[in-house]
Amino acid sequence: MSTATLESILEGRRSQPQQLIEVLQDVQESYGYVPEDAMRSVSKNLGVPLMEVYRIANFYKTFSLKPRGKNVITICMGTACHVRGAHLLLDQVLGQLGLVPGATTEDGQFTVERVNCLGACALGPVVVHNGDYHHHMTPNKLRKLIASIRSTSMEEIAHA
Amino acid sequence: MPKLNNANDLESLRSELQRARKNFRTTLTLCGGTGCQASQSRSVIDALKKEVNKQGLDKSVYVRTSGCHGFCEQGPLMVIEPGNIFYCHITPEDVSEIITQTLLNNVIIEKLLYTDPITGKKSQTEAEIPFYKAQDRQLLSQNRLVDPCSIEDFIAIGGYSALTKVLAKMTPEKIINEIKESGLRGRGGGGFPTSRKWADCKAAHGDEKYVICNADEGDPGAYMDRSILEGNPHLVLEGILIGAFAIGAAQGYIYVRKEYPLAVEHARIAIKQAREYGLLGEKILGSKFSFDVEIARGGGAFVCGESTALMASLEGKVGEPRPKDVHTVE
Repeated sequence: MSTATLESILEGRRSQPQQLIEVLQDVQESYGYVPEDAMRSVSKNLGVPLMEVYRIANFYKTFSLKPRGKNVITICMGTACHVRGAHLLLDQVLGQLGLVPGATTEDGQFTVERVNCLGACALGPVVVHNGDYHHHMTPNKLRKLIASIRSTSMEEIAHA
Repeated sequence: MPKLNNANDLESLRSELQRARKNFRTTLTLCGGTGCQASQSRSVIDALKKEVNKQGLDKSVYVRTSGCHGFCEQGPLMVIEPGNIFYCHITPEDVSEIITQTLLNNVIIEKLLYTDPITGKKSQTEAEIPFYKAQDRQLLSQNRLVDPCSIEDFIAIGGYSALTKVLAKMTPEKIINEIKESGLRGRGGGGFPTSRKWADCKAAHGDEKYVICNADEGDPGAYMDRSILEGNPHLVLEGILIGAFAIGAAQGYIYVRKEYPLAVEHARIAIKQAREYGLLGEKILGSKFSFDVEIARGGGAFVCGESTALMASLEGKVGEPRPKDVHTVE
């Protein structure tokens, strides 16, 4: 965890407890999760008890307390996607990767997350891979997507 | 960007912008809303801009990326003005044909037109399409006319003129009365009369008052907040400014879902632009009124759309509702 990034996030927000959620949002964006060290530092700098920082990080779904995988697969579980079979997609991806929602594969490649409505209901079911939207997904299309992401990552590892 | 010191500065900027826009012979408006972006409209827009530049048409053709047009399932889509020609399901491969055929030779490309799934009839213009025909768009009517990342587009179509009117000619009481007469109501399920909310807040004791724009919508299929914040953020800012002037607030917040990254980004850009022009900040347009807005991103908790939970969340606390025996504005 680079302290310089954390410093820049805290800049201009010190001793302002109301900025807690915004600070944690930026920590989550920069590091991909909220590390324990960051929580300690945020607690000290904003003047919020560490327990309260932990409570916030736990309450809001957007924060992850564990490092996330290189590829974050987000399945929209909103009502429109649900009726169009989002649960089948979730079963597919969890089965294929051997995961439970929110968990990360051992090789650190994949994390699967659920989200409540991304607002693209007309195109559902929607799956997001690292910010790229994939519409009208089917379990079969999703299986192929994951296989292709996996083979690209394998190639990157082989070339590295 | 010059700071606007009074209403005259704004008006002269407006006429300058309108003059500059007259040079464009054709305007291509492509939808860049969340739905169309999910069907890869970004690559179509990039290809189109590249092709327009390549053909040396950038002085006469304006390629505008707008907010949501509402017909997401047909995306990526575009409207060509003049002519109101509507193309849907566009791919980057169609781009050069659109320019050589439609733009340069006025030939309509049949395969890109909307086909009615029941009658099989093709519609040439947006106005003919049954989906749009029955609509009377009020708040979203300007979405097609502005690039959400361009305050200039908004000013060119008359943006911030209501604010100048309010600051120059109206008292808070008069504003609230006007809102009452207009019958404006909240866009949530309750449809609460806006004038009552503003009047109660103005009358409430306490020195510091705040305006909170609740854009934490999460109901399935409801995009009224997202579509407007994503497609026309300056309209929201202008509304917030008028509300703030009426109730006597100096600080406002926009609480928006993090799951709508485009809405967050566009609202951020809009606030930055408005500050640069002096439409947010100290002594707005040379008046005594000072006001600023901050953005708070929701953390994926559905309950935070409820007003008391939302305010707790704004304070950096756990968003849990409290009993409303004391109302928000009392």
